[in-house]
Amino acid sequence: MAVLLKAQDLTTNFYTYEGAVKALDKFSLSIDHGCTFGLVGESGCGKSVTVRSMLRVIQSPGVIEGGKVLFSEKADAEPVDLLALTEEEMESVRGDSISMIFQEPNAALNPVITIGDQVAESFLFHRVAEMSQKICDAIDSGESYGLLTPYYRAMLGVAAKNPKAPLLKFCSQVPFLKWWDKPVKKEALQRAIKIIGKLGIANPEEIVTRYPHNLSGGMKQRIVIAIALACHPTLLIADEATSNLDVTVQAQILQLLNDLKKESISSILLITHDLGVVAETCEKVGVMYAGTLCETGDVKDVFSTPLHPYTQALLTSVPKFNQEGELQSIEGSVPNLVNPPSGCRFHPRCPKAMDKCSTDKPELKELIPGHLVACHHADRVIGGLS
Amino acid sequence: MKKKIIELKGLEKHYPVFGGVLKRQVNSVKALDGIDLDIYRGECLGVVGESGCGKTTTGKAIINLHAPTGGEAIYYPEDGDPMDLAKMSNRQMKNAGIRSRLQMVFQDPTTSLNPRMLIKHIIAEPIKEQEKLSARELEKKIVSILEMVGLSRMHLMRYPHEFSGGQRQRIAVARAIAASPEFIVLDEPTSALDVSVQAQILNLLDKLRKELNLTYLFVTHHLLVVKYISTRIAVMYLGKCIETCPTDELFSNPLHPYTHALLSGIPNPEVAAEPNRIVLEGDVPSPLNPPSGCRFHTRCPFCIDVCSREEPVLLDVGNDHKVACHRQDVVKELVKEKFGIEGYF
Amino acid sequence: METSTAMTAVQAHEHPRLRELKFTLARIFRNPSAVIGVVLLSFFIGVAIAAPYIAPPKYAHAPYKMPHKGFSPTPKAPSERFIMGTTSGQYDIFYGVVWGTRTAFKIGLFVVGIAGFVGITLGVLAGYYGGWFDEFLMRFVDIVWSIPLLVLAMTIVVAFGRGLENIMIALALVEWRWYVRVIRSEVLKLRNQEFVQAAKLMGVSDCKIILRHILPNSIYPVLIMGSMDMGSMVISASFMSFVGLGAPKGYADWGQMVALARNYIVGPSNDPLQFWYTIFFPGICIILFVLAWNLLGDALRDAFDPKLRRR
Repeated sequence: MAVLLKAQDLTTNFYTYEGAVKALDKFSLSIDHGCTFGLVGESGCGKSVTVRSMLRVIQSPGVIEGGKVLFSEKADAEPVDLLALTEEEMESVRGDSISMIFQEPNAALNPVITIGDQVAESFLFHRVAEMSQKICDAIDSGESYGLLTPYYRAMLGVAAKNPKAPLLKFCSQVPFLKWWDKPVKKEALQRAIKIIGKLGIANPEEIVTRYPHNLSGGMKQRIVIAIALACHPTLLIADEATSNLDVTVQAQILQLLNDLKKESISSILLITHDLGVVAETCEKVGVMYAGTLCETGDVKDVFSTPLHPYTQALLTSVPKFNQEGELQSIEGSVPNLVNPPSGCRFHPRCPKAMDKCSTDKPELKELIPGHLVACHHADRVIGGLS
Repeated sequence: MKKKIIELKGLEKHYPVFGGVLKRQVNSVKALDGIDLDIYRGECLGVVGESGCGKTTTGKAIINLHAPTGGEAIYYPEDGDPMDLAKMSNRQMKNAGIRSRLQMVFQDPTTSLNPRMLIKHIIAEPIKEQEKLSARELEKKIVSILEMVGLSRMHLMRYPHEFSGGQRQRIAVARAIAASPEFIVLDEPTSALDVSVQAQILNLLDKLRKELNLTYLFVTHHLLVVKYISTRIAVMYLGKCIETCPTDELFSNPLHPYTHALLSGIPNPEVAAEPNRIVLEGDVPSPLNPPSGCRFHTRCPFCIDVCSREEPVLLDVGNDHKVACHRQDVVKELVKEKFGIEGYF
Repeated sequence: METSTAMTAVQAHEHPRLRELKFTLARIFRNPSAVIGVVLLSFFIGVAIAAPYIAPPKYAHAPYKMPHKGFSPTPKAPSERFIMGTTSGQYDIFYGVVWGTRTAFKIGLFVVGIAGFVGITLGVLAGYYGGWFDEFLMRFVDIVWSIPLLVLAMTIVVAFGRGLENIMIALALVEWRWYVRVIRSEVLKLRNQEFVQAAKLMGVSDCKIILRHILPNSIYPVLIMGSMDMGSMVISASFMSFVGLGAPKGYADWGQMVALARNYIVGPSNDPLQFWYTIFFPGICIILFVLAWNLLGDALRDAFDPKLRRR
């Protein structure tokens, strides 16, 4: 399978009063086309910083220090480095080829704009040219948009070629003339209704006229997903998209994501701290600890035969259906990333730590085909075997 | 024979909604609408349900943090006569000497500890309320309590912000047990913590319950956590208790359709085949105007006529198992038939 | 034995309150404007304390009365005898500026002290207990809000006569409404905080809850406001003196000195700046005094900002 997104040696620091927080330290990750990748870890381990760095939406005082994020939208295309793009080019990537669902639907939706306009905005931002072309074709083939049809035809003809043409910008400032984009807005709203309907919401025509506070939590999350899916992204990033939802609503959303994967989106990057969600929805998983990736591979391999001591400990520390005996816990707590531990960042809490662990940082190595681990101990055990 | 510690009889908590020009009461949010529940001495009763179903309100109403608006909450002290907490004020409880026996541990330890107090003073506060000790004895007692929760003397002179989340929750637990309580409400005590720390706190709570002979009301939405720590479980939906039974029984023989939906919705960390899942339609109805009859009928996949007309009562079906459903005797077959689910193990 | 070694180990560390104070001070002094504010302020405090030595009073029983030699209305330029010159009526500007510092502190401390004490007490009680007392108090505060300061000051002066004390009372009477509102809103936020609920569960009395849990967590906005107010009260009092409601003629008060210089702000047409010293010295004192308190208030705000304070 071809690689869709590949992060290499991504390093991000946050400069705070107490010193530089080394949130990501030479972080590498690769996601294939058509794969659902789960990124798990505890809070503060840098899961969200990872995606924010990849999409370049890190907030001050965070700074991306180095690395590459290679993104190839088509399987055979030459990858582009997202970190080297201009801000304007990046804007056309965000929300178009890569889009994101946030944890808190209340924060992601604007409370004073109707649902329909919020979903339509995504089309108006990324798809003006295409929609204008479609309307032009419709007008050419005899469809009427009222008295102003010739004016619409002329303006949309320009928009179809270049939606950012100076003429359009000028007209948008002039009374009456600024209505040139009415058919486009109408078309965008139609598309919004269509996509909301597709997400299993009953009578979408009515929903689009409502405001976010009229909807329940699960509905809002669906609308957020609709916005994310509007432009058929190649990669959908779900940042704790189900964490704040109730079990029954979470079940609805997870099923929705599963259905979507079968139909439309190429890949999903699912960020969560819930191992159960990952086990059920993902094919591949990456386990993060304190800004580093410690283990990655197929979900089945990683969860059934975890190689990194952290993954092992994490798996034994969550209660299970057929839990027997006492839960094992990881001693100590997540380190402060202003002064991260030397060498392997897990070594102060690791039951299998060796001398080497406190001095050398382990590399991510493919010990078993398709299963990468960054651990000196696993290295020795498996390496010794083969 | 198990001894009751608290018995709820139709406990209600309605929050009034005011409207109109003169701010008259126009409606009320029925956060708790007649809940019947027995809590036995020494057990850990898990209360599960979706957000807004009244789990936390139950806990707060029992210990009189939010005074209930109706019903009874009868407390049976180890020594002495039972008393109705629902009709007592905080001051009356203090005078009767039972205020400190009912404690609570909150969800988020960052907001439940005063940021400007030293740990020493935080733990000392409940002790001072109960007995007069010399400074030396007080400190000795504080240290012994800290050691009970896995902290030590060196943590005495620190502020809460100098601790990690898990340690802060330990301090919150220490403060609760410093009041030498009999009954503690645990309001999602692990949901603000990291996964790896959650297990530490759960084990600590379990150990303390056995050592100090405490009774817990463990409020959570996480079913696997409740399965791990609880001896008995009560399932709540929209201000009502719909099913209660011992933990193992609930997971092996659930009777209410809503319990089935909850259990099937748990994401299981063990990789298995594609899970069968009961996905409920729609959302929880508003507690302002709860549905008639059985409150779950609007979302229930097996709803029949009688469900929307008559409200089912909590019925004892043996094995210490109570359920409020008109079709409890056939739910199991229905679930198997419609969703192909036979069990949840 | 073991206990004592542990004790010494604890005592070997510095006391956490000291550490906390150091942390706060470090935060304050990281801010250059705070340093300027503190330096200015310590200068004014020094002058106020040392006033009798810097400018020995001529009349020991009434040190605030500015000495004057002659009655000529025309100010005299700085000379060896009067290093800042004399203002209209031949009052010594230097003496007035030095003793005016004491007056400024007197005004600020009195007004902010009274208003702060009344405001905090009422605000905490209203916010914590709520109910009819809260409703009644807040409506009363609304009424107080509708009283213009100038009208109140004139009424008081008409009733009780001209004097700095009456102006200070007028200022305190209108200033407490700010403190009530600020502290009440803080207390409302805190009242439902979990640590307050936990204290209630333990049976801690309301009085102890207010003193131990509510006040220490809600006092900082008031401290910041008080610091800013110290400056603005001096401005208000000066304004009153300037319009003739405040300190009597010849009283060592900066506002009153500016009032004396009113006719000499612009000199004769051939030399408009001839009498610059009459307005400059008292004016600059007012500006610097207010600036010092404002800088300090800003620094406190930054230091106590909960968003910045902890990681």
